[in-house]
Amino acid sequence: MAAVQETIDRVRSIDVDQYKYGFITDIESEKAPKGLNEDIIRFISAKKNEPEWMLEWRLEAYRRWLTMTEPTWARVEYPKIDFNDIYYYAAPKSAPGPKSLDEVDPELLRTYEKLGIPLREQEILAGVEPKSRVAVDAVFDSVSVVTTFKEELKKAGVIFCSISEALREHPELVRKYIGSVVPVTDNFYATLNSAVFTDGSFVYVPEGVRCPMELSTYFRINEKNTGQFERTLIIAEKGAYVSYLEGCTAPQRDENQLHAAVVELIALDDAEIKYSTVQNWFPGDKEGKGGIYNFVTKRGDCRGKNSKISWTQVETGSAITWKYPSCILRGDNSRGEFYSIAVSNGYQQIDSGTKMIHLGKNTSSRIISKGISAGKSQNTYRGLVSAHRKASNARNFTQCDSLLIGQDCGAHTVPYIESKNATAVFEHEATTSKISDDQMFYCQQRGLSDEEAVALIVNGFVKDVIQQLPMEFAVEAQKLISISLEGSVG
Amino acid sequence: MTIEPRTLETRAETDLAEAYYRDRDALPGGVAVAGIRKSAFDAFRRSGLPHRRVEEWKYSDLRARLKSVPAFAARRSDDDAKAALAALDDVYGAADRYRLVIVDGHFHAGLSDVAALAEAGVRVCPLAEALVEEGESLMRLPQIAAGDAATGLNAVFCADGLVLSLPEGNSLDKPVEIVHALSASAVSTSERVIVAAAKGARATVLETFVGGAEGSFSNTLTDIRAGDEAEVTVARLQAEAAGTTHVGSAVVTLGAETKVKLIGAGIGAGFARHQSFIAFTGEGSRADLLGITMVRAGQHVDQTLVVDHAVPHCDSRELFKTVVGDGAKGIFQGKIIVRPHAQKTDGQMMTQSLLLSDDAEMSLKPELEIFADDVQCAHGATSGQIDEDLLFYLRSRGIPEAEARTLLVLAFLSEAVEEIGEEIVVEAFEERIRAWLAAGA
Repeated sequence: MAAVQETIDRVRSIDVDQYKYGFITDIESEKAPKGLNEDIIRFISAKKNEPEWMLEWRLEAYRRWLTMTEPTWARVEYPKIDFNDIYYYAAPKSAPGPKSLDEVDPELLRTYEKLGIPLREQEILAGVEPKSRVAVDAVFDSVSVVTTFKEELKKAGVIFCSISEALREHPELVRKYIGSVVPVTDNFYATLNSAVFTDGSFVYVPEGVRCPMELSTYFRINEKNTGQFERTLIIAEKGAYVSYLEGCTAPQRDENQLHAAVVELIALDDAEIKYSTVQNWFPGDKEGKGGIYNFVTKRGDCRGKNSKISWTQVETGSAITWKYPSCILRGDNSRGEFYSIAVSNGYQQIDSGTKMIHLGKNTSSRIISKGISAGKSQNTYRGLVSAHRKASNARNFTQCDSLLIGQDCGAHTVPYIESKNATAVFEHEATTSKISDDQMFYCQQRGLSDEEAVALIVNGFVKDVIQQLPMEFAVEAQKLISISLEGSVG
Repeated sequence: MTIEPRTLETRAETDLAEAYYRDRDALPGGVAVAGIRKSAFDAFRRSGLPHRRVEEWKYSDLRARLKSVPAFAARRSDDDAKAALAALDDVYGAADRYRLVIVDGHFHAGLSDVAALAEAGVRVCPLAEALVEEGESLMRLPQIAAGDAATGLNAVFCADGLVLSLPEGNSLDKPVEIVHALSASAVSTSERVIVAAAKGARATVLETFVGGAEGSFSNTLTDIRAGDEAEVTVARLQAEAAGTTHVGSAVVTLGAETKVKLIGAGIGAGFARHQSFIAFTGEGSRADLLGITMVRAGQHVDQTLVVDHAVPHCDSRELFKTVVGDGAKGIFQGKIIVRPHAQKTDGQMMTQSLLLSDDAEMSLKPELEIFADDVQCAHGATSGQIDEDLLFYLRSRGIPEAEARTLLVLAFLSEAVEEIGEEIVVEAFEERIRAWLAAGA
């Protein structure tokens, strides 16, 4: 018996050694091997020339992650994810960090065009003299490919770059704020992200600066079997203002893909951050095959007095969405807002909502959530509004409306309201209904087709939220919603 | 690779397990009932007492609350029961009604108007006897209630209670009061009351929960089976002594074209969990649920309800008002489920809470779970304190502050009180509300 054991041990040690060599040769490669272990994390960290503390931070997260279990409380069902069957690092074919826009692979530019990125932004990407003032930090798979307007932003003192770059050039800022809103140990997916995040955006707006343009990132998933682990960190110093736009698209894909992003926002005294998202990743085909798994942790910390964080999201894509952009209202008089449209069709499952945690005095929050479910989809709003014992005069208004289209879908509302302060005033209302025959008839007799009528009525239903989006996003979002509901009637 | 940490068994859990091993042979019912008890006990052994990690019990951690569980009470003599009853408040006083008495979990036919009810055509049978005859069907609960931890524990331990059977078309001339009295010594009780209203029957049932001592643990279950076209009103008033732990479940099954009104008032107990499970099984029915809860001084009260619209064309209305005073904690959890194909469902739920003190706490969780598209469902939830403007208005008209506050709390509750519709209940509840407010002023 002892001999056998010895053999096993020896073979195992050889295996490990071989793997180590493999790791060294792989460091030059564009893709880390499948699976997750400490070596992969070292690989990612080394690839990005990260400081030593960052690697330690990642490893600590990884060790913690090993002890955690996947959350099962959300109303979503999917086959168990094999976390060792995923590539955790992949760089795009084109060499990262071109000196000028002309160097960008035309293949990438063509893809953006197909995705319908607004013309002006395409011009920016194509290097045309910009007429508009939207800065794009495009993320293609895991590495930032192109960053525009950097110089102009620099003039204003705004730092807008990839987080890898920030780690190299502003390590002190990253170190100060990363993980301070979403701690390493926050939840299963956030911890995983902390261990393996590959890239993302970093924004720092210095004191008193109103960011001269809207900042925009297009996230893309391209490489087959690559999980995307984006990490975004936005800091608005005292009196600063920034509006950040995030749009996501992905081409059709057979296998499910995992996406576990973490977004941290920090607003200091009198600062304001507006974060808008349009998410239309591949939702899976007609049979519910494929599609993106989107497990996102987004949280904003209103750390300073009179600060404000506003989340606006339009969720039309992904097979599974597990996403709760939240606000911690720590500073006195701070304000949090959450505007959401979640559209599900086919076999999509959405479990999304927000948390408004009132800690400071005179804090207020507003939640407007519009869920539309069609086909065989399940759409859940899950939210928490809480007032700490010291959060006197906290105010919240919540409105969750659901619209059901078809008899095989589901719409669910699970709000938690916890008040530990008598002066806190919380109001919550939720309704569920379908498009009435009267509304349809009215539209039809004016010559609209069934689909046009549904699109019109739905766009009316979500108007409150669309109004919160920056202009170019609003147009895109309306189109998206109509496209998402195609085939849901008739 | 995950190992579920097995939480250590608490003293209370051990007490319950020992009680089962000790009492199981003496518990009434045939082989089938013993089997039901056994499987419910096995489920308890697996999951233990419900605690905060169990979603439905998130805000009411019974495991943490129960330090120990006193022995289940034995049947008292009619004289002892009578003495225990005499020491307690008679909530409905001189009002004309039939009275059925349960003391420490055991039905006392000798103290009850069994004969008078028989004359009116209504049969009352002690549960201990009924379990022997038709135990299995009596123990059966609708699916939404069967999986609950408290109804499960009730199934394990229910030793007595009563079955009130209203025959087809019977219309009772006056309300039936069922008194659930606890004596002044700390005991555990686990009675079950079954109200079976046959087709077209009409009745008003008043349940009152009174008495008890520090450490008493009552886990009661009232199973209301309202047949087609029946109209049943059940008003439950829980006013147990300060130190008790009370878990009361009301399970309602509605047939077709049935009307049920379930009114719950919670004032007493140190830790109270009132849960209602409403199951629609026939079309065209309507359920009205009203809740009035007032707590203070460290009390913990939980109103949890699940409304299951499993069939089309049913309506449900829920209105719950909670007043939370100093150091107390109020909880409301309400879930409306609309199953696939339960079209034309109309469900409206409203819960409002008033916090009277800075250290009062309120948690609300109104839920909608909807799988059918042609439905109208809505819920509303609010939490806040007394409106300063209203208070100022009253004071500016010369009304002293304390009195103005009392008026405003009364006004807050009146919306629910007005919906009760049964004069005898309205009077009794209003008296309780006024007494509660006077005690706090």
